[in-house]
Amino acid sequence: MSSVAEPVDGHEHHHGPATGLKRWLFTTNHKDIGSLYLWFSFAMFLVGGAMAMVIRAELFQPGLQLVDPNFFNQMTTVHGLIMVFGAVMPAFTGLANWMIPMMIGAPDMALPRMNNWSFWILPFAFSMLLFSLFTEGGGPNFGWTFYAPLSTTYSPESTALFVFAVHIMGISSIMGAINVVVTIVNMRAPGMTWMKLPLFVWTWLITAFLLIAVMPVLAGAVTMVLTDKYFGTSFFDAAGGGDPVMFQHIFWFFGHPEVYIMILPAFGVVSAIIPAFSRKPLFGYASMVYATASIAILSFLVWAHHMFTTGMPLFGQLFFMYCTMLIAVPTGVKVFNWVATMWRGALTFEVPMLFAVAFVILFTIGGFSGLMLAITPVDFQYHDTYFVVAHFHYVLVTGAVFSIMAAVYYWLPKWTGHMYDEGLGKMHFWCSLISVNVLFFPMHFLGLAGMPRRIPDYALQFADINQIVSIGGFAFGLSQLIFLWLVIKCVRGGEAAAAKPWEGSEGLEWTVPSPAPYHTFTTPPEVK
Amino acid sequence: MSERPHSQPNKPDHRRLLIKLGFAVLGMFGFAFALVPLYDVFCDITGLNGRTSDVAAVYDGPTIDTSRKVTIEFIARTQGEMPWGFKPTVKRMSVHPGEMHMAEFEVHNLTGRPMVGQAVPSVSPGTLATYLHKTECFCFNQQPLAPGETKALPLRFFIDTDFPEGMTTITLSYTLFDITDTEAGIAASQAAASR
Amino acid sequence: MLRTATRLTAGVGALLPLITAAAETPLNMTKGVTAVSQDVYQLHMTIFYICCVIGLIVFGVMFWSIIHHRKSKGVKPAQFHESTKVEIFWTAVPLLILIGMAIPATQVLMNMDDTSEADVTVLVTGSQWKWHYKYIDDDVEYYSLLATPRAEIENKLAKTDNYLLEVDRPLVLPIGKKVRFLMTSDDVIHSWWVPEFAVKKDANPGFINEAWTRIDEPGTYRGQCAELCGKDHGFMPIVVIAKPDTEYRAWLTNLKAEQAQAKAEEQKLLAMSMSMEELMAEGEKVYLAACAACHQPNGEGLKGVFPGLKGSPLTIGDINGHIDIVIHGKKGTAMQAFDKQLSLRELAAVITYERNAWGNDTGQMVQPKDVDARIKSAI
Repeated sequence: MSSVAEPVDGHEHHHGPATGLKRWLFTTNHKDIGSLYLWFSFAMFLVGGAMAMVIRAELFQPGLQLVDPNFFNQMTTVHGLIMVFGAVMPAFTGLANWMIPMMIGAPDMALPRMNNWSFWILPFAFSMLLFSLFTEGGGPNFGWTFYAPLSTTYSPESTALFVFAVHIMGISSIMGAINVVVTIVNMRAPGMTWMKLPLFVWTWLITAFLLIAVMPVLAGAVTMVLTDKYFGTSFFDAAGGGDPVMFQHIFWFFGHPEVYIMILPAFGVVSAIIPAFSRKPLFGYASMVYATASIAILSFLVWAHHMFTTGMPLFGQLFFMYCTMLIAVPTGVKVFNWVATMWRGALTFEVPMLFAVAFVILFTIGGFSGLMLAITPVDFQYHDTYFVVAHFHYVLVTGAVFSIMAAVYYWLPKWTGHMYDEGLGKMHFWCSLISVNVLFFPMHFLGLAGMPRRIPDYALQFADINQIVSIGGFAFGLSQLIFLWLVIKCVRGGEAAAAKPWEGSEGLEWTVPSPAPYHTFTTPPEVK
Repeated sequence: MSERPHSQPNKPDHRRLLIKLGFAVLGMFGFAFALVPLYDVFCDITGLNGRTSDVAAVYDGPTIDTSRKVTIEFIARTQGEMPWGFKPTVKRMSVHPGEMHMAEFEVHNLTGRPMVGQAVPSVSPGTLATYLHKTECFCFNQQPLAPGETKALPLRFFIDTDFPEGMTTITLSYTLFDITDTEAGIAASQAAASR
Repeated sequence: MLRTATRLTAGVGALLPLITAAAETPLNMTKGVTAVSQDVYQLHMTIFYICCVIGLIVFGVMFWSIIHHRKSKGVKPAQFHESTKVEIFWTAVPLLILIGMAIPATQVLMNMDDTSEADVTVLVTGSQWKWHYKYIDDDVEYYSLLATPRAEIENKLAKTDNYLLEVDRPLVLPIGKKVRFLMTSDDVIHSWWVPEFAVKKDANPGFINEAWTRIDEPGTYRGQCAELCGKDHGFMPIVVIAKPDTEYRAWLTNLKAEQAQAKAEEQKLLAMSMSMEELMAEGEKVYLAACAACHQPNGEGLKGVFPGLKGSPLTIGDINGHIDIVIHGKKGTAMQAFDKQLSLRELAAVITYERNAWGNDTGQMVQPKDVDARIKSAI
């Protein structure tokens, strides 16, 4: 997704990009950094996906065939960490880097050098994490949630590497978030008032505040794990007056806002695409903003719904059940607004729209299973089964990941100056859509039938469905290679894209030529 | 062509906002650690995790509620591989709220070396933890035991007269941890040796 | 109209064999065998149906637009973009639906929370990777381990019906009685789950948790650990056999007698010696059941995680050090104190086996009395 170094108009004072490796190492350009983030996240998506393939291959039939249980646990753990911190979050940061300045009429991000660092520390973090898999004793094997004392007293020696990797990922996210906040607050073009901001910008602003609020808490949690394991503290050790359940409280205080960090920008993307291909303004702009804000606020009050089985008192269970159910209201408002936007529009179904519509439907299915999970007494049956796995993959894969793909298709002409191959894109969409449902939908049944998550082997009654799920998994994995091919093809050439290739799209990013020049809006536009 | 890049006049603003956000980050990092004492306070108030207070309560002679009885069950266990015997002398007692009682736990060091144990209490249902007052408990201190030594550990307690109506059973469990090699354990064994 | 209905019935009819074929593979939550589990099932179905109805309406409207409001059909897009009335409506209605869901959920939850007046109390202790049950009032306790042979897991033997869901000593409970479970753990967090009872509760080290059940029907009920607890998390099943109270009582009396007899026999054993063949044969059995999960059947361990025993200074060096670590375990590791779990005879056999298998040819035998002496010498 590199912004090809087209000769810049003579009357612009700015120089073009440097060449070679130096351009990427030292770049402070938001478009370059956006591209770096996006390519990095796609690479991580493939690495994390490869781990998912190992998991699904092992689960293809009952019995242990390919990997030993300890390695299997490392795969589930690192798959989770990579997908959350390496694929989804950097992809959204990449989109933010590329699009936010162009959407608000700013020349660049506010803090370009920090921007460079926040990207370039990421490869180190993930190299360290991946390296830990090859150390003696193996990498992290305690689940991406790293519950103590499994992650302290009973964890492998490489846990320190895991802790430092998470620290660096956290620092990177925090720096990225600060940059987004400063950019949006200080660098809007004249006339770009708050209630004129595109929703992608709004959702990212709220996401950035969530990141600033909770990533330091995650850093605190891993630090406590580090000192408990290596320095004799006992935050989570009952013998020394600690409490392992407290770990879960601290972790989920980060963890629940974290899941909204991964979905709010998706809401922003979809809120840009659906109106564009409906040729109709977004329905209920203001309520979208308020709904996003209320989801963000509520996300701080629901963390313990991940912990209903830990033995909470009744009032606690009721409180967290009610708060969690309440989140369905603003989320519902969003879905209704999207549907109302499509209602009586003039719809066309180019690939971005296909992904956006699939997002709305499949994310809503994930929302329904979320609502079911919120009901404490039934959660006792769902908790830590494949029902939960199905739920969060619906919201994260067909939710967050589909929205990222929609965004890439939507803005790819702007980034590369070429139209992508529509036929190939449609093929990618339909292959992904079918395989992702073959992959995740039957997991609901597995969970209801009683299959716990994070097990490398299972009882015979789960065999048939697991086989179907694995086939879906391999197909979904392969489908993403189509996407890779499509993007490469689009970067290298194709039909020239107009400044505004989509008939119904709105926003400042479509007022600059395609591909977007290396420097845009050095003179702020007037927003009426 | 004389437009200034418009980020220029905003520069100082960047710095101010940056500092504020930086403090927010540090504050939240601190908050993660503040959650530890906050959690303890919260648990003390609500009995969230079923932990009883580790400070001795004072028995101020409340009026004994003879109209009802509460069953208190005692569970004693050693954690994992700790080679000690540990059991309550009675499994359960039926008491009136407000009444002072004593229960004994027998502990036995089965090894040939001096060891230090720490008992960690846990009450179920957790919300009842706030109604169990211990005026004296072996869990307030580390317990050093000589090789092969057997000891009776006392627990003096009373049930709060505000013990919720409708609740009839409270379970008090002690888990005995081996802390011989920890700092607290070493200090305790030295103190025992000097006595 | 009628024709459509007939066609629909025919369609459903054609699906039926498929549904029956799938009966082997359970697709929905179990109704279970307790009043609570049935309440939970009802609640689950109610909420599921509500979600289906909402989904049908929302997606119905959406697909209507997708089909009818296409540019290719020459529609001119409307330009409306807000309506306070509609927006208030679709904020308020979901709220009411949620309140409707919350009421029955609260009732079921309050019922589940009431652990008072139990007839039987069982202390359930999880450890890596087995369960331990203790009947508080009867002073009976035992470990319950996976009974599926390793050969089945490693695909060397055909898998049998209850693959991975079978244990050597199941938990036995009376029907029609309120049974209270106290959960705790010896090492990491585990979670005790039997779907048929709708009981799932975490076992936290150092803390106790409560749950209860009242089983309606006699039978065998199977569950699994539901919290990631390390390598063999997937291999610590739960089996509960529910019996009428009289049979349960008889079983309990019988078990007490058996355990007393085993103790007596153990004392007798101290006077005699077992042969090398006996020790090795029994030792191999015990090793595969209790040790091989970590140290591996070939004694090589897992590099960096679980130490190997083949040629290790522990197994070919000082015999007393070897006995000590087996009986007392190693603090802060997965190595447990096996004197709590195995009999003197089993301990002697497994230690002998470890000292003579895989080329550890020390030729040394350990007799039950040697183990007993180490346990006692510690005192």
